Amino acid sequence: MYRYDSFDHQITAERVAQFRDQVARRLSGELSEDEFRILRLQNGLYMQIHAYMMRIAVPYGLVSAAQMRMFAHIARKYDRGYGHFTTRQNIQFNWLKLPDAPDILADLATVEMHANQTSGNCIRNITSDEFAGVAQDEIVDPRPYAEILRQWSTFHPEFGYLPRKFKFAITGAVNDRAAIAVHDIGLQALRNAQGEVGFRVLVGGGLGRTPVIGTEISAFVPWQHIISYAESIVRVYNEYGRRDNIYKARIKILVKALGITEFKRQVEADWQFTKDGPCTITQAELNRVAAFFTAPAYQSLPAVDAANAALLDENAGYASWYKRSVKPHKVPGYAAVVLSLKKTGIAPGDATDTQMDAAAELAERYSFGELRITHMQNLVLADVKQSELFALWQAAKKLGMATANIGLLTDMICCPGGDFCTLANARSIPLAKAIAECFDDLDFQHDIGEIEINISGCINACGHHHVGHIGILGVDKDGEEWYQVQLGGAQGNEAALGKVIGRSFSFEQMPEVIARLLQVYVRERYDDERFIDTFRRIGIEPYKTEVYSTPVEADEALQAPDYELLKVGMPYDMPYYSPRF
Amino acid sequence: MIIKNKTVMEDDSLVLRLAEGESAASVVVPAGKVIVPLQVWQAQRATLQQRADVGVWLASDERAEDLRDDVQKLALIAVDFPKFADGRGYSIAYHLRARLGYQGELRAIGDVLRDQMFYMQRAGFDAFAPRADKDIHAALKSLNDFSVTYQVSADQAQPLFRRVVRGV
Repeated sequence: MYRYDSFDHQITAERVAQFRDQVARRLSGELSEDEFRILRLQNGLYMQIHAYMMRIAVPYGLVSAAQMRMFAHIARKYDRGYGHFTTRQNIQFNWLKLPDAPDILADLATVEMHANQTSGNCIRNITSDEFAGVAQDEIVDPRPYAEILRQWSTFHPEFGYLPRKFKFAITGAVNDRAAIAVHDIGLQALRNAQGEVGFRVLVGGGLGRTPVIGTEISAFVPWQHIISYAESIVRVYNEYGRRDNIYKARIKILVKALGITEFKRQVEADWQFTKDGPCTITQAELNRVAAFFTAPAYQSLPAVDAANAALLDENAGYASWYKRSVKPHKVPGYAAVVLSLKKTGIAPGDATDTQMDAAAELAERYSFGELRITHMQNLVLADVKQSELFALWQAAKKLGMATANIGLLTDMICCPGGDFCTLANARSIPLAKAIAECFDDLDFQHDIGEIEINISGCINACGHHHVGHIGILGVDKDGEEWYQVQLGGAQGNEAALGKVIGRSFSFEQMPEVIARLLQVYVRERYDDERFIDTFRRIGIEPYKTEVYSTPVEADEALQAPDYELLKVGMPYDMPYYSPRF
Repeated sequence: MIIKNKTVMEDDSLVLRLAEGESAASVVVPAGKVIVPLQVWQAQRATLQQRADVGVWLASDERAEDLRDDVQKLALIAVDFPKFADGRGYSIAYHLRARLGYQGELRAIGDVLRDQMFYMQRAGFDAFAPRADKDIHAALKSLNDFSVTYQVSADQAQPLFRRVVRGV
């Protein structure tokens, strides 16, 4: 993976010093909360319901064992012993105090990490394919380009105060695992007929209040020009994006208002000034960065490990985990492994300090000391020998990270929701827990097969509900939490936005609603047809009929929410430390 | 007081802002150093361009291109930040410097705070009028927040990877 040189270290150290000074000025009262808010957001620091939350950047989802151990250290020293992996392949800590924030950044800098631009109206951390470099369907390894773009976007002086946040995603595979169609800029690395590398560029995708699938602005931008081309897109957005209404400020609104033809004309008019200029990436720079992403020292192994095959025949539990968690690898004898952070009863994406330390050790023992964080909020060990999969499974099982549910019903995406977030209308984590408990039976889950349930506590869509096969959105009705249900969303190559099935439901009704949706699927499916494919074939009506034809009983066993607690928000003019501490 | 070329100095220019009901064509531009709104400049260009002590300020929704024919004549252009979070002024400054080749004083006015000044400087500003309630000497320090930058902007024609040998 990429390693900092003296320049990267210098920039990171100067950033820590800058923020340390800003925090001191906030604590002394010299900076108002309004002035400080934007500064702290650009350092990943949010003020949540109970405490400060810091979102640490994990560039394109790649972490070393040493970095994972640093997360464990932060969890122990500054937080309550756990962290939360997010849909943007980052990690968040939820129980921090403001005076500690500069020390946390200083600790992170020792392992070449930071929280730069993980929030705020700037270019955010760039996300990518969790199987980059090892996937069988990969055409171009996106990681060197992601790193080059990370450096370009870091403290870009023109783009620190955009109309709204700005997210890049990059993939280099046939199957898009980076959800590039729902990002402000989506980059698909590919080769043209001459074999040259370039990018198909999508623009104006996104979820949130107005979900939009991105539009192609260029079918092929040669790799040398990707910085200058991206810069022109962001510049036109900075100049012309709406700033009068926060809900209409994303680039997707500008692209829709101008139309893709006119938007492209403006971008390429700007680009003519910089194309072939100094922003052009040199072969030497690409080579330098790409050298950090060369293949590790793989052994020459048979394509199928016979002993492992025998273990799969003998051990049903292992076979069940293997079927869900082990992914193909481009090198014979190796596999990529997904470690589940979706054990029923645990908030999706949460990991304790013990688990993080142990995951680091597993990475060192089995996967060349590296891990990836997935946008599905799980961990990946990307380079495991087939002959060591069984031992890895046994170790992961002891750690609670071997639930055989990857891609299944309880592998839900879920935002922090009303338990933590000031924006939420409803709780997400308790709902995920209630659904998981209702459908915990793994045989049932394997029978239902691949399905994605995504839960967002509000319209900002951190839980990606628009692209869930079943999407659940928390809505507010007279101060009470309700849940709207959508069907038919999808991510990846067949990205689609879900459709709302009808009026919303209470927390206590939701497990029954999910059960009815699954009943329609089980009744209507052909053979191995996936939930989403059945939906596409039969349409929304049978599901509506099933859900709404008879009253949905509330499950009284589920704990009713404490609405007073939900209403405790923390507006930005509150004291800069939580009075609870 | 303003900061100019990294030095705190007296501000001897008046920033003319149109009051409600005043028209750009008829407003009286006072004698002495004055920075007028773009509309006033455009409406009264014939007389104003005779004067060497008149500068022009752009609002954040105006464009550098509106001064395309004037940049070689003007000694002072200012860009107004109505709120410090309005980032359009950075692109205006970049365009003035990088695209139109403006060489004169480029001053940030309005809601100018020290924590934005490093980026402003990179985008092309060489003068700053920080908000009056802030300590201007403290603000000066922020211009040195970073000694290394990755990317091209108005202050830096080459990206880091073309300027230095990386990897050391």
